Amino acid sequence: MNMLKFLTAGSVDDGKSTLIGRLLYDTDSILDDQLEALQRSNRKNDDGTIDLAILTDGLKAEREQGITIDVAYKYFQTEKRKFIIADTPGHIQYTRNMVTGASNAGLAIILIDVRKGVIEQTIRHSFLVSLLEIPHVIVCVNKMDMVDYDENVFNQIVADYKAQISHKLKLNDVQYIPVSALKGDNVCYTSVKMPWYQGTSLLDYLETVETHTEDDTNYTRMPVQWVVRPQTDELHDYRGYAGKVLSGTFQLNDSVTVLPSGFTSTLDKIELFDQRPDEAMAGMSVTLHLKDEIDISRGDILVKTSQQPIVSQLIEADLCWMDTKPMDTTHMYLIQHNSKVTKCKISEVLYKMQINTLEQLHEEDFKLNDIGRVVIKTAEPLAFDLYQQNKANGRAVIIDSRTNLTVAALMFRAEA
Amino acid sequence: MSRKPDYLDELEAEAIHILREVAGQFEKPALLFSGGKDSITLVRLAEKAFRPGKFPFPLVHIDTGHNFEETIQYRDDMIARIGEKLIVGYVQDDIDAGRVVEQKGKNASRNQLQTVTLLNTIAKHEFDACIGGARRDEEKARAKERVFSVRDEFGQWNPKSQRPELWDLYNGKIHKGENVRVFPISNWTELDVWNYIRRENIPLPSIYFAHEREVITRNGQLMAASPFLNMDDEDVVQTKNVRFRTVGDMSCTAAVESYAFEIDDIINEISASNISERGARLDDKVSEAAMEDRKKGGYF
Repeated sequence: MNMLKFLTAGSVDDGKSTLIGRLLYDTDSILDDQLEALQRSNRKNDDGTIDLAILTDGLKAEREQGITIDVAYKYFQTEKRKFIIADTPGHIQYTRNMVTGASNAGLAIILIDVRKGVIEQTIRHSFLVSLLEIPHVIVCVNKMDMVDYDENVFNQIVADYKAQISHKLKLNDVQYIPVSALKGDNVCYTSVKMPWYQGTSLLDYLETVETHTEDDTNYTRMPVQWVVRPQTDELHDYRGYAGKVLSGTFQLNDSVTVLPSGFTSTLDKIELFDQRPDEAMAGMSVTLHLKDEIDISRGDILVKTSQQPIVSQLIEADLCWMDTKPMDTTHMYLIQHNSKVTKCKISEVLYKMQINTLEQLHEEDFKLNDIGRVVIKTAEPLAFDLYQQNKANGRAVIIDSRTNLTVAALMFRAEA
Repeated sequence: MSRKPDYLDELEAEAIHILREVAGQFEKPALLFSGGKDSITLVRLAEKAFRPGKFPFPLVHIDTGHNFEETIQYRDDMIARIGEKLIVGYVQDDIDAGRVVEQKGKNASRNQLQTVTLLNTIAKHEFDACIGGARRDEEKARAKERVFSVRDEFGQWNPKSQRPELWDLYNGKIHKGENVRVFPISNWTELDVWNYIRRENIPLPSIYFAHEREVITRNGQLMAASPFLNMDDEDVVQTKNVRFRTVGDMSCTAAVESYAFEIDDIINEISASNISERGARLDDKVSEAAMEDRKKGGYF
């Protein structure tokens, strides 16, 4: 059994929490005592049924305001797959939360209220999905019960979405599904109310969509997180480099280069606790041993010698500003790229995106939730790939050393 | 290595990555060990992350004094086996020093008092990161918590000003006096933990498996009869076949009737069960927002 992490994006009233509640309810993922707590909470739909949205509105303030503020993670599994849902807020002031939820998602559900159609928020959500290059997109047209399950209304929205969004943005594999989260149509079961719809239910699609994109073996990398040195009598010379393989596959006897120093050695041994595999694939947390004694520490990255990344101190990147304090191009920030942290400056602003209209603006002030293209200058060189070629090694965050807050997300686009 | 990686491998690799980030980013981390299956799983993951080296942190146990003796026995045996350092913070010490006052009445429990002992232990040893076994599927408030969750100098969690946490980049930068709670198994469910324990053949305290025990029924739940439970004439002691789904203070951890003697039985039982794990804890029943309030106050 494998795992799919997906994101749900929609605006405040699109019924996003209800959709998630419906998925959990119809897959028997809600337990009796949780249902009982729901009954106790006194919030009901107009027809007296349980308000499934309460299941995902986790924090008190949110329950009071009836909106989702932060990313809430929900878990369920079927016989076919384990799922992790990142339920993210839809309102513009929570763009950073959506970016957070989207960062680990393998699929995005974009919700549209059938009565409203494609609106500014739909464009913004789709832009973020495109920016983060989430591999699969499902456009769920919700509240079909409110328009008598009318095929024409659905088709018009699909046409609008294509014209206004998917023809302009780079989106991968877009599916369109008409649903009613409230009534359960096409969520876990194919709806009898919409015989005109020939596709699968939402759950069917989630269970069968391909999760492993072709693992790119051209970018074999492992950042060093920790050096294992027991320094006991019997393990006096033991020196293992512990980390998680970001991408690609290391094999025994591979020629390996340490960056940024550039020293090269041969991969001598791979350890996975008590196992000694011949190869270490993307996603595995392993300990690697090299034939030669080289000075390697946390922050260095091991790569296949034949597959060198870019090593540079000037990087062009897409940036999403996530702090209430605006971006300051004169300030020295910290950049965290894998296990490496070094100082950095935003040395140039190339443009800012007007996300709702997808226009590039020549403005330099980046406030909370602003997104655009910048040039970053780092104090020490980073060994990176471009996000569009190898996501795992093409991303970073900026930290403000005055507040220690994570203030920006970066996706590397070019060597500047 | 011909076995295709499955979701347990993914969850394991993610947890090991998080543990190694703690080792790399903090000066004085600690692993909070309760004796429950989640923290036992963390110990196994730490072995996978750092062996053949030593753990770069001690284990810390907050001892309420109201323990199941099987848990303490398990703890001491485990420490002897893995050869790592254990620090124990005693709630009794804080009661004796007058820093906390024992609850009164029928439902008295030391569960809430342990927050004070935990915060004192963190302050005394100047821990800057505490690794815990909390999972997001346990409770709604936990569903929104970060893997690296910053606590202010009063030990409080502020759910409204959490740092964005993107990809697998964990920001552990803090000011002096603050500390970070780290949850490596955030993305695991109860069933995932049990499947992992089975796969890895990890021994558990015997109270997780069905056994005969004297219990009383209180608020519709089975509580172990013990000197720590305030009982009166209305309480009828019965002997039943039970097991515990979580391991906490004896005065607030309810048992379930069970004939699950083996781990396979337990996995079957959970898969078929309609009661969530925290549903067997009286401390969460007080109000719907019980967990959120306790977390803000510095609870695990």
